[in-house]
Amino acid sequence: MAQVKEYIGKVKPDWCPGCGDFGVLNALQRALADLDIAPHNVLVVSGIGCSSNLPGFINAYGFHGLHGRSLPVASGAKLGNHGLTVIATGGDGDGYGIGVGHFIHTCRRNIDMTYIVMDNQIYGLTTGQASPTTEKDIRTKSTPEGTIELALNPIALALTAGATYVARGFSGENLHLAQLMRGAIEHKGFALVDVFSPCVTYNKHNTYPWFRERVYKLEEERHDPSDFRLAMEKAYEWGARIPIGLFYKVERPTYEDEDSVLRGGIPLAKQPLERTDLAAVMEDFI
Amino acid sequence: MTTDYVFRVGGEGGEGVISTGEMLTLALARAGFQIYTFRTYPAEIKGGHANYQVRASDKLLLSQGHWLDVLLAFNEEAYQKHIQDVRRNGGVLIYDTDSYQPPILEGVIYYGVPLTSLATEKIGIKLTKNIVSLGVLAHLFDIPLKVFEDLLKERFGRKGEVVVQKNIDALHVGAEYAKQIPRQDRIQLGSGSRGAKHLVLSGNESLALGAIASGCRLYAGYPITPATDIMEFLARELPKIGGFVVQTEDEISAIGVVLGSSYAGKKAMTATSGPGFSLMTEMIGLAVVAEIPSVIVDVQRVGPSTGMPTKTEQGDLYLAVYGGHGNCPRIVMALTSVEDCFYGIMRAFNLSEQFQMPVVVLSDQYLGHRKATVPVPDLNQVPVIDRRKPQAEELAGFRRYRFTPDNISPMSIPGMEGGGYVAEGLEHDEVGYPAASDHENHLRSTQKRYGKFGQIHQIANDLVRLYGNPHPEIGIIGWGSSEGVIREAVEIAQSKGYSVGALHPKILYPQPIAKLKEFIEGTKAVIIPEVNFTGQFATLLRKRFAYDFIQLNKCIGLPFTPQEIVDKIEEVAAHVHSSRRSHPAAV
Repeated sequence: MAQVKEYIGKVKPDWCPGCGDFGVLNALQRALADLDIAPHNVLVVSGIGCSSNLPGFINAYGFHGLHGRSLPVASGAKLGNHGLTVIATGGDGDGYGIGVGHFIHTCRRNIDMTYIVMDNQIYGLTTGQASPTTEKDIRTKSTPEGTIELALNPIALALTAGATYVARGFSGENLHLAQLMRGAIEHKGFALVDVFSPCVTYNKHNTYPWFRERVYKLEEERHDPSDFRLAMEKAYEWGARIPIGLFYKVERPTYEDEDSVLRGGIPLAKQPLERTDLAAVMEDFI
Repeated sequence: MTTDYVFRVGGEGGEGVISTGEMLTLALARAGFQIYTFRTYPAEIKGGHANYQVRASDKLLLSQGHWLDVLLAFNEEAYQKHIQDVRRNGGVLIYDTDSYQPPILEGVIYYGVPLTSLATEKIGIKLTKNIVSLGVLAHLFDIPLKVFEDLLKERFGRKGEVVVQKNIDALHVGAEYAKQIPRQDRIQLGSGSRGAKHLVLSGNESLALGAIASGCRLYAGYPITPATDIMEFLARELPKIGGFVVQTEDEISAIGVVLGSSYAGKKAMTATSGPGFSLMTEMIGLAVVAEIPSVIVDVQRVGPSTGMPTKTEQGDLYLAVYGGHGNCPRIVMALTSVEDCFYGIMRAFNLSEQFQMPVVVLSDQYLGHRKATVPVPDLNQVPVIDRRKPQAEELAGFRRYRFTPDNISPMSIPGMEGGGYVAEGLEHDEVGYPAASDHENHLRSTQKRYGKFGQIHQIANDLVRLYGNPHPEIGIIGWGSSEGVIREAVEIAQSKGYSVGALHPKILYPQPIAKLKEFIEGTKAVIIPEVNFTGQFATLLRKRFAYDFIQLNKCIGLPFTPQEIVDKIEEVAAHVHSSRRSHPAAV
């Protein structure tokens, strides 16, 4: 089994001391080590935001692209070389705000990859505006009188859109989170791991103590992750008790399984670049 | 005497006008003629006016032509829209006498055929009037009936023997009827002289074929007129050779998939039109700064905004060259003919791989949707180039964006041990580490990215085409799909005794400065014809050359005809000879 240190990048994280994202990074490194996936076969793709800086801090291939656009790039990389372990990371603004269109369609597409969202319910990099998961009536710099919109429910959205592994972790529960990530990476299909990753600087509402008082593990309450209706019910539980853990998991053929070329074929990137025989194509045009 | 005829079919959209035109085109191509089609069609799916034009000749065709030799007008609207284009010295109108009775115009030959009643009474299916009309054309102009019969078998074979026979019967009904028409015209085709094997391809099909030849195995796209048929072609053909198409949720995702695939080591492409291309500009900036080879095709249509989706324009050049924020070097190419679509896209892939930057390839509706006979592509004409990958010794302390004399750095591929790096949208150092506060590094890195232009200028110079007099009194600089039209205009003007020549670059940015300079020097006037309102290429050239270019702009959603260019040459020549004053550029 590989050591966690093999996955530690050369760049030190620039997150605020106490940021939930440290726990996410540690859990991801632990999950990769547990699975013994060589760093050069791992690709971590992100968008923009505090949490999207993560690819720089992990020893693997990385892609730090555009705000909200991690999933298209990750999808393209996976389809171009489906031998890679592809993990997309980012925050709630990146994935559930500007990038939510891609999120829905990537769930639907069920490409075999993992999406880790560090959900701190605030825009941190731009110093504290409301995000899509900011709770209603919370005051932020952009909502001095409190947010008007309802918070988006990423778990319910992923379930509706067809994600085949839907989980939520808490940065303060590191081993549990690492297990969820490991399950997500092992799962054949599109896996979402939404993580409560508190912003200690700009979110004074959803704090570590706030979560610690509320979260409970689905696994400890004999939740059946194969039951879609139950998963939906749990997705809407938000208040005195908030569930973390695996909400739903189903085996459905992946995009790669369904595509006649990718199915059983060697990855595109491994195919030699050689002169193409166009005869088969051209005969339709004579 | 060479054969050179222009046919146009017009009628109600959705009633088989386009398929009639397509079958006529294929028949003429298989009969041994060079063909060149021109399509305009309504934006509506059903209804509206549709027409299809095909020019057939023994010689290489450079444009859609100007005057019609034969107009087949199924209804009065088609007659009214197109009769003014019919040659007044022996052009033929074939019309459906069941539909309308046209007034007689001087110099036009009228053949009335009861197309609808022949179809309903003899075949029992009204829609076969299209096939009846093809029989009429075949007999009148001596196009081999056998060619049409074979086409009908191929086209309707899947629908069963009965359907095939009904259509062949309809063809013969038309041919029989035509025997009793007293001939007044002299149009005769027979068999053409084209010998070697040719393909009949549209610009979009030729481009897609070229992409396959380049080693592209992944296409990502979102449907948009007039680029969609590139996706449809590749969805059909790529799986035959181990590739596939992903239809994404939008154009941002499409170019994202392309960058992801290319980063992961497989050549990929997307194609779109103006509205989708606008959405892609942010990703183009990312491809520039992260130095990811990528090919983006824009089959231009009329803008701005939704514009005129089925009409042609050369209006996206500014966006192609300057779209995106920051200092953002990319290569912009323009495709010039159906044949060039094949080799042009291969060059685009090569440039993107060699220089690790995005290449924007401009086509347009006129080129993308027209068909032409092209020789079977020669795969040896353009080599297939791969990106520079790191040598083993470079993987120790790998620097993905290492500063090198030619500004091209080794690019590792995920899976390569020791090659790990982060493709970075932030300004970064040589390793790829973010360097968002390193002022000196930003300048050095920007210089590196623009530094690639030095070599590209040279390639651009090599890819310039010259037509007519290489040191003319009156020069023409065009771009993109106008190449053939301009070339034909130059031939006409030269035959009238004008000192005229044309330069046609294939790479529009960075520009072939040396070749442009050489060409412009010594001219008395330079005309820049563009299918847009403001003269976008002329504007780019004015940044580089202190020269009073004369613009010729057409902005009605249609391409130039050779005659329009000839008219401008004559107007400019008259002015040049009467005065030494240069012309103010008309905007």
